[in-house]
Amino acid sequence: MSTSIVSTPRAGKPLWQRLPIISHYRMSAGLQRGMLVAGLVLTCIFVLAAALAPLIAPYGHAQISDASGNFPTQAPPGGRFLWGTTVGGFDVFSRTLWGAQTAFAVIVIAVAFSIFLGVILGLVSGYLGGWLDRIMVVLADAIYAFPSLLLAIVMSIVISQGQSSLWGGVMAAAISITVVFIPQYFRVIRAETVRLKAEPFVESAKVVGASSGRIMFKHIFRNATRTLPLIFTLNASEALLTLAGLGFLGFGIEPTAASEWGFDLNRAMSDATSGIWWTGVFPGAAIVLTVLGLTLVGESMNDLADPRLRLRRKAKNRGGKATA
Amino acid sequence: MNAQPLDATGRADGIVLSIEDLEVTFATDAGQVPAVRKVGFEVSAGEVVAVVGESGSGKSVTARTILGLLAETATARGAVLLNGSNMLTLSARELRAMRGDDVSMVFQEPSTALNPVYTVGWQIIEGLRAHGKVSKKEAKARAIEVLRKVGIPEPEKRVNYYPHQFSGGQKQRVVIAAALALNPALIVADEPTTALDVTVQAEILELLREVRDDFNTGIVLITHNMGVVADLADRVVVMYQGKIVETAPSVELFANPREEYTQALLAAVPHLGRNSASAGMSERSGQEQEVLVEATDLNITFPGRLGSPSFTAVDGVSLQICAGEVYGLVGESGSGKTTIGRAIAGLNRVSSGSLKVLGHEMLGFKERSFKKVRQDIGFVFQDPAASFNPQLSVGECVAEPLYVHTSLEPRAARKKVEELLEAVQLPAAFAARFPHELSGGQRQRASLARALALDPKLLIADEPTSALDVSVQAKVLELFKELQAELGFAALFISHDLAVVDMLSTWVGVLYRGKLVEEGIGNQVMGDPQHPYTRRLIASLPVPDPVEQAIRREAFLKTLS
Repeated sequence: MSTSIVSTPRAGKPLWQRLPIISHYRMSAGLQRGMLVAGLVLTCIFVLAAALAPLIAPYGHAQISDASGNFPTQAPPGGRFLWGTTVGGFDVFSRTLWGAQTAFAVIVIAVAFSIFLGVILGLVSGYLGGWLDRIMVVLADAIYAFPSLLLAIVMSIVISQGQSSLWGGVMAAAISITVVFIPQYFRVIRAETVRLKAEPFVESAKVVGASSGRIMFKHIFRNATRTLPLIFTLNASEALLTLAGLGFLGFGIEPTAASEWGFDLNRAMSDATSGIWWTGVFPGAAIVLTVLGLTLVGESMNDLADPRLRLRRKAKNRGGKATA
Repeated sequence: MNAQPLDATGRADGIVLSIEDLEVTFATDAGQVPAVRKVGFEVSAGEVVAVVGESGSGKSVTARTILGLLAETATARGAVLLNGSNMLTLSARELRAMRGDDVSMVFQEPSTALNPVYTVGWQIIEGLRAHGKVSKKEAKARAIEVLRKVGIPEPEKRVNYYPHQFSGGQKQRVVIAAALALNPALIVADEPTTALDVTVQAEILELLREVRDDFNTGIVLITHNMGVVADLADRVVVMYQGKIVETAPSVELFANPREEYTQALLAAVPHLGRNSASAGMSERSGQEQEVLVEATDLNITFPGRLGSPSFTAVDGVSLQICAGEVYGLVGESGSGKTTIGRAIAGLNRVSSGSLKVLGHEMLGFKERSFKKVRQDIGFVFQDPAASFNPQLSVGECVAEPLYVHTSLEPRAARKKVEELLEAVQLPAAFAARFPHELSGGQRQRASLARALALDPKLLIADEPTSALDVSVQAKVLELFKELQAELGFAALFISHDLAVVDMLSTWVGVLYRGKLVEEGIGNQVMGDPQHPYTRRLIASLPVPDPVEQAIRREAFLKTLS
């Protein structure tokens, strides 16, 4: 009836309960909650390791000696070197921790850049349409057609040109990942924009006489970006894999400038055959667990955002006990 | 194969379905929500029981429970006895055996109920063979037979057609044929005619009546349309907020509704010929006023895809709307009525001819030069849920025209919004709410407030009440009428519902396949239609009165034969 108001639970809740991950946690149940929590724990460990690396790491990322002389090379785990040392005398534990910092910086910069550019391009291209849209879509498809790692390699060569400083290397890696990711955000936002363009509320803004810019940024933008947290988490793990891939192939950051898991894995390759497992296992496990954590968060957010996939606490007596 | 597999012989009379103390609860994010509470009714063989109610009354949930088609989040208690077995306690396998054989369903939207990649014959045969009784050849013969029974011409050929090769009404016939294929004792029809045009609706209702008479099938008819109820139902169950309000034979219910809710519901149903806006008028009024919209030989075509010809939505229409006049535009889906409204608002381009809106020529129009004119045009969209930006508050949405066209201070704008909301009988506090927190009727009022924000000369209302429940529709129409009388704006009122158009507009135009076939004073067009199409349209409209409807039906069937 017209007078009764159905208020949804979303309204009137404090802001913090409506934030993406917290609201997702609150409506999760069962296995989905388990997945989300596992992902969040892994992601938190990763973020904490990145933030607290300077405090926890016993040595610097490029340190091969201290007051008591040079570090031993290829020392097994134990004693002064918790996870052993590499062939160059680096402490594996310290490098794995510092690597988290590099990975975090690259992920944040890459994803921020690609979201920013991808969203704007997608909005403009989807809303205005016409030849501009056609060119953008062809460009995005062309970028898609390249293997992403190859593109990242080309970009990192173009951008860094042999630079090896910390920020130079991080930016080079981040920007090359950005180029690979822009088409993804562009496509998602463009598709949403094209869909929303035909919605009555956009048409009603048009009838009112609102300008294109106002319609794009006031009416479409906020409705088109609701899926972004989701792509964001899924892409973060992909960004990490691309970074590790670049490092593994030697296009990443110099070991003296910063620590990088992919590079360490590359160096550990020859160790593996001679039974030195610790140089490869720890950075490798760091990559796997971080990617797993981010993916779990992303996937469970994806499931929770869709009411049809979301598990709910069941009402008692499901299926019904007949009284007759 | 049996000689007469579809004959009613052998079907025992008596109670087919009996629902007792049914309770259905949904687990949602907000906790447990009861949808159906203590509902009970019975259906006998050969009887049509209509379950009526507004949206959210639990009528569809009740219908789905009968087939055991509940969502995973639902919990049902009570008993749904179909031919003696309780559908709530059966296993999935037993349920599958019951569906089709003992009970089947006719869905609301025939185009989505059929699988587009298989032929209709395949889909009917699939249902027959799932119950494992017949060979492929027999099944096909049976499919052809049911298609013939539901009035599909040349069933031998058309059994191999795909769903898109049928029209909407024929698709619904195919859906009914599929439901009939195994000759079930009960058919549940969930809003079977809501997605169809009135003329097609009349044919489908006639078909359902034949099904009941020929096969002695019990039918549970779920609908919100009281005209359909009056036309088809033997007995009526009125539901409100998950409970049964009243159960009565159809004739008795319409003549003497006992409960207050039923009385209010019936009073809210628009009835063709009653409450006409043009009652007592003999000529078009207000012709001396300024002409706001003038269309001459208006053509609007949509380009076809590569290789297919372009589609003409509006074909040589000439019409005129003067200041202060309510022009009603009626037509079935695809008649071009919405396209005309959108062209006037500058949302569709005019292909040829001339369309002058407030002195501005719309042929080859430029957004920049039209923008100034926009403040004199208000637009109310069909779906109130979709026409508000879900991320903005109602106040911000209503203030949008003020923001775009005037340079009001935020405080003055807020005050104006409050005035507007009060004008449409909404509390001013609603400005802070979000659109999803309002009910459909409240949203449509807010939509009206937004359209009237700049005091426009012309209001275009595109099916403003077709998404609303009858009782809400009555209130919104009342409000529209009051505001129009008070503010004196001209309006183009677009609707498929003749009764609604007649209530509001003095001058009515009837569109058929893009052509304006008839134009005239409301009560004259409705009372004495000249064009054969208008006559058919008016004759096919079911009126909410079983006795009167029976007479009208006879007349309508005569026009068909």
